[in-house]
Amino acid sequence: MTFIIPKERDAHDLFTSLTQMCQPASIEELYCFRYNTGSDDLPRGTGWSLFDLQAEFERMGVPNESWTITTLNKDYDICDTYPRYLYVPASAPTSVLLGSSKFRSRGRLPVLSYLHSTKASLCRCSQPLSGFSARCVEDEHLITCIQKANPNTAQLFVVDTRPRINAMANRAAGKGYESEANYENTIFHFAGIDNIHVMRASLARLLETCEFKTPAMGAFLNGVEGSGWLRHIKAILDAALFIGKTLEDGSSVLVHCSDGWDRTAQVCGLAQVLVDPYYRTLHGFQALITKEWLSFGHKFTDRCGHIQVDPKQISPVFTQWLECVWHLCQQFPFVFQFNDRLLLTIHDHVHSCEFGTFVGNCQKDRIDLRVEEKTYSLWGYVANHMNEYLNPLYRPDMNIGFIQPNLAPQVFKFWREMYCRWEIGVHPRESLIDLMVASKDHINSLEDHIRLLQKKIKAVEGRISAESMLNGSGLEITQDSNRFTYKKNAHDEVNLKLRDFDPLMVTDKFTSQLREDESVEAVNETNHLRRLSYRRSSSQDDNLTESLSTEFQSVALDWKSVRGVKECQCSAPLDFTSRKSHCWRCGEIYCSRCLDKWATLPGHISQKQSPVCRNCYRFLHKSFSIESLE
Amino acid sequence: MEFIELIKAPKVDNVILRRPLFPRIEGTLCVTGHHLILSSRKEDAQEFWLLHRNVDVIERRPSQSQFTGGSIVVKCKDFSVLTLDIGATEDFINIGDSIEALANLDVPGLLYPFFYRSLQPIVEDGWFAFTPESEFSKLVLKTDDWKISYVNKDFKVCDSYPEAVVIPKSIPDEIIVAAAGFRQGGRFPVLSYRHENGSVLLRSGQPLVGPSGKRCKEDEKLINAVLGPGKRGYIIDTRTQTLAQAAKSRGGGVEPETSYPQWRRVHKPIDRHHNLLDSLAKLIEGCNDTASTMDKWLSRIESSNWLTNVRDTLNCACLVAQCLDQDNLSVLAHGSDGTDTTLAVTSLSQVILNPDCRTIRGFEALIEREWIQGGYPFGSRHFHSVYALSASTLKNPKRKYAPTFVLFLDCVWQLFSQFPCSFEFKEQFLLTIFQHSYASQYGTFLGDTVCEREALCLTEKTVSLWSYINRPDIIHTFINPLYEPNPVVIWPSVAPPTIVRFG
Repeated sequence: MTFIIPKERDAHDLFTSLTQMCQPASIEELYCFRYNTGSDDLPRGTGWSLFDLQAEFERMGVPNESWTITTLNKDYDICDTYPRYLYVPASAPTSVLLGSSKFRSRGRLPVLSYLHSTKASLCRCSQPLSGFSARCVEDEHLITCIQKANPNTAQLFVVDTRPRINAMANRAAGKGYESEANYENTIFHFAGIDNIHVMRASLARLLETCEFKTPAMGAFLNGVEGSGWLRHIKAILDAALFIGKTLEDGSSVLVHCSDGWDRTAQVCGLAQVLVDPYYRTLHGFQALITKEWLSFGHKFTDRCGHIQVDPKQISPVFTQWLECVWHLCQQFPFVFQFNDRLLLTIHDHVHSCEFGTFVGNCQKDRIDLRVEEKTYSLWGYVANHMNEYLNPLYRPDMNIGFIQPNLAPQVFKFWREMYCRWEIGVHPRESLIDLMVASKDHINSLEDHIRLLQKKIKAVEGRISAESMLNGSGLEITQDSNRFTYKKNAHDEVNLKLRDFDPLMVTDKFTSQLREDESVEAVNETNHLRRLSYRRSSSQDDNLTESLSTEFQSVALDWKSVRGVKECQCSAPLDFTSRKSHCWRCGEIYCSRCLDKWATLPGHISQKQSPVCRNCYRFLHKSFSIESLE
Repeated sequence: MEFIELIKAPKVDNVILRRPLFPRIEGTLCVTGHHLILSSRKEDAQEFWLLHRNVDVIERRPSQSQFTGGSIVVKCKDFSVLTLDIGATEDFINIGDSIEALANLDVPGLLYPFFYRSLQPIVEDGWFAFTPESEFSKLVLKTDDWKISYVNKDFKVCDSYPEAVVIPKSIPDEIIVAAAGFRQGGRFPVLSYRHENGSVLLRSGQPLVGPSGKRCKEDEKLINAVLGPGKRGYIIDTRTQTLAQAAKSRGGGVEPETSYPQWRRVHKPIDRHHNLLDSLAKLIEGCNDTASTMDKWLSRIESSNWLTNVRDTLNCACLVAQCLDQDNLSVLAHGSDGTDTTLAVTSLSQVILNPDCRTIRGFEALIEREWIQGGYPFGSRHFHSVYALSASTLKNPKRKYAPTFVLFLDCVWQLFSQFPCSFEFKEQFLLTIFQHSYASQYGTFLGDTVCEREALCLTEKTVSLWSYINRPDIIHTFINPLYEPNPVVIWPSVAPPTIVRFG
């Protein structure tokens, strides 16, 4: 973004104040402590209590006979970057835990991160302070306990996510890695993921490439290659897949890097996405971030540069992790309940500091800052806007078990939506996801409406036939009911098609076709019903027709096409990043800000709440109040 | 010649077929006149059929460990690679010889389309679905300036043009004949597309200016007649300036500004066809390398230059579209022969400009009109594909194989991925056309020119691909569910991040 400012002095002033403001010196000056949502639908407390570490471990069946909870770290005494409650092997005595924490960098002793249903555990820690020859009996004991906690195998895999050479270099500084000779029954594995400085430089080069004004194809590819970004992404996914496979095979894994809060969080988080379907749901994904990143002390404030910190501490570790998840979403479009927009939103708010969720470096920081009282939680916001983040292709029945991505270099793509987000020209001009979401909603609405109409038709027909029995003119009615059964068949067919979505086709196969069918059908039924009711209206009271017409009007049969819609009626621009939502009553398109009302439509049999625009809401509200007055 | 002479071993037992993404099949291998058939001969028999025509090149790898037999690696024109393990040495040699001989068979009358009979009754004969007359009449219907001319009757003027062509009404046939003498291959300027605002797109071969700077009054008259007095047009040359100048020494060249004052010449280079094959070969090599690392893969894509070619072609087509639609100017496009890149550019700009071309039938009509009638030599260009390039066994190293048509399909796919709701067809449709253009039971893509096709009597002796695709039950599977007719011109983005690899 470039501002053009006429006066040079003004420009200079603006520059200094912007520099100061974008990185305040103290954490209390961050936006989240001032931020107040305009509307009152989001109370401050929402979202903070949504994800609880203990509940999450209970979901995995911990504590149990081999794993127990320890309160040693209740006041953050042994490790200030760990959560309050730690899960450790039941067989390890307190002295062992204390001893081990002294032998690990920053006291980050091996603790449980995830327990697989095969009883294989995923543990995380920081590097041992082994130097060239130092040993620690307690630490060795703890590792043995972790290995013993898994009755399946006699092996424990230790994954060091650093390249071997870095780990060697750390030895000289009195740190290093476990030697297989000292730790019995362990298998050591280096994953070769580069450190935060390499990642920072790599992303900088990638973004430089994206900012070329008129690049040639070769220069662009060269830039992507030179940045090495995709290579790093692959390394992380490779490591995660290795861990995932090991867990599936029933062996426990212990993961560490240097401090155990960057690369460890990345690979542990991803491995869990791979093995556990729960973490691929919207709720589970947030729980995973809370657990792996927030509780176990990924230094968000330092890594994202929320305040003035050492620029060498800044690194796109979390962004990189989101990209890895995006790659998985690309390969398995049916098993993720959330969509790209969630990843982008999380990424934005990690940096924006609008919400307190990602402020601070660890759990202790956040408690000291009292973020829960003073700020809003992103998870509360996400819960309120859930509809925007749902993947229309998600199929719960396919979201089972371990997913094994293909990690050949040929399948990696460049995440255009992330890195070239603001270059409006480069994105597809027609968004599939908008269309699919809209079609799905539209089908739901129409089906609901059709069910109501069918019920009405039945009722009306019943009454007509009762009448005609009296009048003795049954012939016409049989014709009508024939037509009706015919239509019912057609409807069943449509339903059948709906169920038979081709799982291989990424785009909902018959969706748009269906949408047409449905609306045609709905129109048919409406006309049919109208005909019937007109015939009746001569003899019967007009009440029925009136109520029918309100029902007809309350559901939009045609929804406006998402193509070519440039702005909402509030003249907010709608580009490819913003969700285009339809009002279920009038079928017009609004931005999500304008479409914030919910109402039950008389034309829906289920009486569910549907999103409507303000005009329609006002209209519905008026008619409701009149009814209640009467 | 009989097939039996070429088939040295009609049947071999216990052959193992391995191919990526599929379980391996063990069974009997049969070599017939047109197919390689592997059948496991069991109840739930898995059968594998491969047209010999689809085989690009084979590699023989004698077994190292057992001293008998070996593996034959069959590399196909649709880029798939499969391996046949054969136990006995004699069989191994015979099968290899037979496949090689049958795959390189260059007698059109013996090809599979001449033996294939459609099992289903033909609902609508694809041969007559898009006749030049009916297609051209769509172009000239709304205007009085153009007419359908039979000046090329019996292919006397230009052997790579159809008999019916569209030319300006005011031009008598003698002028056309004279102008054809001045153009490469006799490819005089003809109408390719007329936009709704009246501006037109022409294509031709290069003018035979030669080193001495020859002129041809008739040619000048012909193309000036398109513009009308006082109006200007663009000549888009798909070669680089240097290449175009160099062509002068071989009798070709470009229209000099002095003799064509109403036209401005623009060079929008797209790589020549044999370079395209190199480029695609490198890309495919990279795609097939399972052991490559990230950096190696990226540098391979880069050095293959394929995406650069895709971008160049799109860029050029956009320029043409812009001239026609926004600036209301007429365009004449040519390269050297006017049979390769020229066709890619003219057809691609029609996809951009004309909503009809984005429907299934419209796209078929476009291929028929621009590529098949337009004289793209499918027969020679698609005789071999990328694998043959690197193989030393290639007996006939004439550089006439090229994937220009593949480049065009890739460009259409790029448009499709940017406008997923504006095309009536889906990806599968493009892939099907790609496969059939290389090896097919249908006669649509046989031969080099219309003239050759007529001589082969394709319409009587073979079935058209369009007859198959346009069957209601088949066409249904190609329909894009998200299609919503988009009546406007689609403006693609040519920025590199948008250009992605066509799986």
